[in-house]
Amino acid sequence: MSRWDRFLDTFFNLKVMAKYLPDILSGVVLTIELALAVVITGLLAGLILALIRSVGIRPINWLIIFVVDVFRSLPPLVVIVLVYFGLPSAGFAPSAFVSTWMSLALVLMAFAEEIFWAGITSTPKGQWEASRSTGLSFSQTLLSVILPQALRLTIAPLTNRTIAITKGTALGTVVALHEILGMASSAVSNSYNPSPLMMGAAAYIVLFLPVVVAARWIESRFAWKR
Amino acid sequence: MEEIVQAFFNREIATEALPIVLQGLLNTVLLSLLVVPLGLLGGLILALLAHSRSPFIRWPLMAWVDFFRAFPPLVLLILLFAGLPFAGLELGGFACVAIAFFLNTGAYYGEILRAGIESIPRGQVEAARSTGLSGLQAMIYIVLPQAVRNVLPDLLSNTLEVVKLTALGSVVAVPELLFQARQAQSVTYNATPIVMAAVIYFLVLWPVVRLLSRLENRALAVRG
Repeated sequence: MSRWDRFLDTFFNLKVMAKYLPDILSGVVLTIELALAVVITGLLAGLILALIRSVGIRPINWLIIFVVDVFRSLPPLVVIVLVYFGLPSAGFAPSAFVSTWMSLALVLMAFAEEIFWAGITSTPKGQWEASRSTGLSFSQTLLSVILPQALRLTIAPLTNRTIAITKGTALGTVVALHEILGMASSAVSNSYNPSPLMMGAAAYIVLFLPVVVAARWIESRFAWKR
Repeated sequence: MEEIVQAFFNREIATEALPIVLQGLLNTVLLSLLVVPLGLLGGLILALLAHSRSPFIRWPLMAWVDFFRAFPPLVLLILLFAGLPFAGLELGGFACVAIAFFLNTGAYYGEILRAGIESIPRGQVEAARSTGLSGLQAMIYIVLPQAVRNVLPDLLSNTLEVVKLTALGSVVAVPELLFQARQAQSVTYNATPIVMAAVIYFLVLWPVVRLLSRLENRALAVRG
């Protein structure tokens, strides 16, 4: 066997790949579910926090800022480990899926709140005053005048941040979640062959590369006006 | 309440675990001092290459950057750590972290620095060249200092992410803060060491987060 054949046989072994393909695919499904759950809940929670913050009740705002700062400064992996290994001592034992989902959603919430808030505050004060003087209520002004402009401003930075955090679904492996990386790693130790890992890597590229390319397009389309 | 304190803020266990956790903090600092310059170097190389006008360099470069933006860093790390030994190359956790960070964070730093370099008007380079500076000199003395200043908040924000990312080292047994805390946790059967690690991360990185928050708000307000 030539070197090249040996290389192929080791890293792209078709027999091993065929055997573990169903495992990897089930990992792909779980990763997609987890990613969607994280993106939807994280962004929604971030938006809600930003809206509450715009009401301007001091003690509540301090609390929001503190929570946001905590989840911006902690590495996501530390949050996951803390939730999965720590919370059971407090009498609440979330599954690996729930732990990873909760942790990543909290981290995304923190970053999203910060970006939404920056968008809201960047709208000139005159807009508030003009809307209020035409008879719109506070919430009408916020939701129909300020927010649409703020959202347009936040799309580019939000997309990048969301991708970076959603890639963190791979961290679930550390708490034995059966997503792509977890499935691939256990297949490698079972088959003593790295081919499943190559499949897993390919799966991540197939999943995330279109999103990254789309983000590039969004970035140029909705770029911050200079 | 008493149980919560015992499980998460246990003073005896905290005293016992403190030296282990502090050793982890020291290693995290050292690791960061290695991987941040390494990532910056990778980014600088990419940004300077992207400056070239040849499409044969630009397109592969864009593909390279997008590839690493799409690829989870943990997957890259595991690929190096668990995959390379099959090719007869056993690098150990530390070297794998260094390589993975060079590739992954280099791509992010590269995008930022490229944007910074592009923000400098071409006339500056032309003026520099016409006074007799070489292309390299113009880049080092004229373009880069201004470029870096223009994207400083983004560079700082990415550096924060890189420092947080060093926690991945725990997965390949690099004895950084999270790894040490988990060691202490598995010995004591108590979550206190992990809480300690989290508190340390927060205390060290909070000032950076505050600073960034102010810089970002100001940037958005100016642009809006």
